[in-house]
Amino acid sequence: MNSLLAGPPLTGPESLASHAGRLGPMPAVGPRFIDTLVQSRIAGRGGAGFPAGTKWQAVATHSRGDAVVLVNGAEGEPQSKKDRLLMSTRPHLVLDGAFIAARVLRARRVILYIGERHRAARAAMLQALAERNETERRLVSEHAAPARYVAGAESAAIHFISEGVATPTTMPPYPFERGVDGKPTLVQNVETLAQVALIARYGEPSGTSLVTIAGGVPRPGVLEVESTTTIADAVSLAGGASDQARAVLVGGYFGRWMEARDAWPLRLDQGSLRSHGLALGCGVIGVLPAGRCPVCETAGIMRYLAGESSAQCGPCFFGLRALADACTRIAEHGTNRDDLQRLDRWTEDVRGRGACRHPDGAVIFLQSALQTFGREFAGHRPHSAAEAA
Amino acid sequence: MTKEFALTVDRIKCDGRGLCAELLPEMIRLDEWGYPIIAAGPIPQHLIPLAQRAVEDCPVLALALRRTERSKGG
Repeated sequence: MNSLLAGPPLTGPESLASHAGRLGPMPAVGPRFIDTLVQSRIAGRGGAGFPAGTKWQAVATHSRGDAVVLVNGAEGEPQSKKDRLLMSTRPHLVLDGAFIAARVLRARRVILYIGERHRAARAAMLQALAERNETERRLVSEHAAPARYVAGAESAAIHFISEGVATPTTMPPYPFERGVDGKPTLVQNVETLAQVALIARYGEPSGTSLVTIAGGVPRPGVLEVESTTTIADAVSLAGGASDQARAVLVGGYFGRWMEARDAWPLRLDQGSLRSHGLALGCGVIGVLPAGRCPVCETAGIMRYLAGESSAQCGPCFFGLRALADACTRIAEHGTNRDDLQRLDRWTEDVRGRGACRHPDGAVIFLQSALQTFGREFAGHRPHSAAEAA
Repeated sequence: MTKEFALTVDRIKCDGRGLCAELLPEMIRLDEWGYPIIAAGPIPQHLIPLAQRAVEDCPVLALALRRTERSKGG
């Protein structure tokens, strides 16, 4: 079956023998594969959802046989588990995608960039690599991605590998112009590369996505979903009871809050979500149970995002901190008009004013919280000790 | 085709010294932490010399003028 997680049970890395037996050998595709990729319309699954074909075209144009393929398995989103699961269980699918990219883009290096805390995933990828032939193995080096939210951003990954600092850099130059060690670089998420391996074999992507269902469900975890699967379907697959949710966070910490009743019928498909002004992003669907306070929840996530600023750009470093503080004041001491006004003003001021999209993601998240939980923010009172217990 | 100019800030270089907002308040205001917020759109012709001055005087060379070509009546 054409899907990412088809095959043996998801208990450990699939061997090369099993992988090749199931899917056949890695197809020998040439430069025209980029056209197939463009036609497939697949979007990156790291978070930004950028069309993969467009990225490959740009790298191919700049490559003089010296390009670099950076396999992005940093997965810094705290709630996301899907990249880890994919690398831990289907490493050869990811490696196939990476080596196809290396061949098509005439790359001299393939870099595995895997989150330092994702031990099982790193071990599985290295074990799988040891099973590959020497020509492939010689291309590859491995780097542990620091466990920071921004470490998976394209320019941060390149900065880390070139200079040992996992902070974003000012673009342009873009990775396809000057990436790792100044070479044209393709930075591609591991799930996207796994799709590449399927497209090279079948001419089209699986039509499925990996998502992580998190928060108030009995069985949180990763699911492979069809593009017709709704959020309600996915939550019920995770054992969830739809009527007990207050809201759903679609797309992780850079996503948007939705009223639960509005979220249920949405399909987990990039195009469909886009038409609702949403994004699949990294694929985290967070369920906020009715008993949890959305104001306190939002304040906690804002404190996290402020702490994850790489502290390079003033509007992000100071702005996110100020926004997190205002949310926290409301959460801890009750609502007040000054802080509500500050939240409105600062979210507008901060947006679009960082070298990377960290501040944008954070304020889009916060604005959706202010919209969805407007009533709670306007009427919030501190929780008494008795209530909290 | 007319030549238009826009101001860009290298957000990593920018230290929030605020000189640019003093020299070109018509286009640049400072946020509550002292970092510049640039008005959207091209710089009006009569402000271009002042914009150039702001670029030259930025102590950390974070401000730049970028030329954008745009066909008239698009």
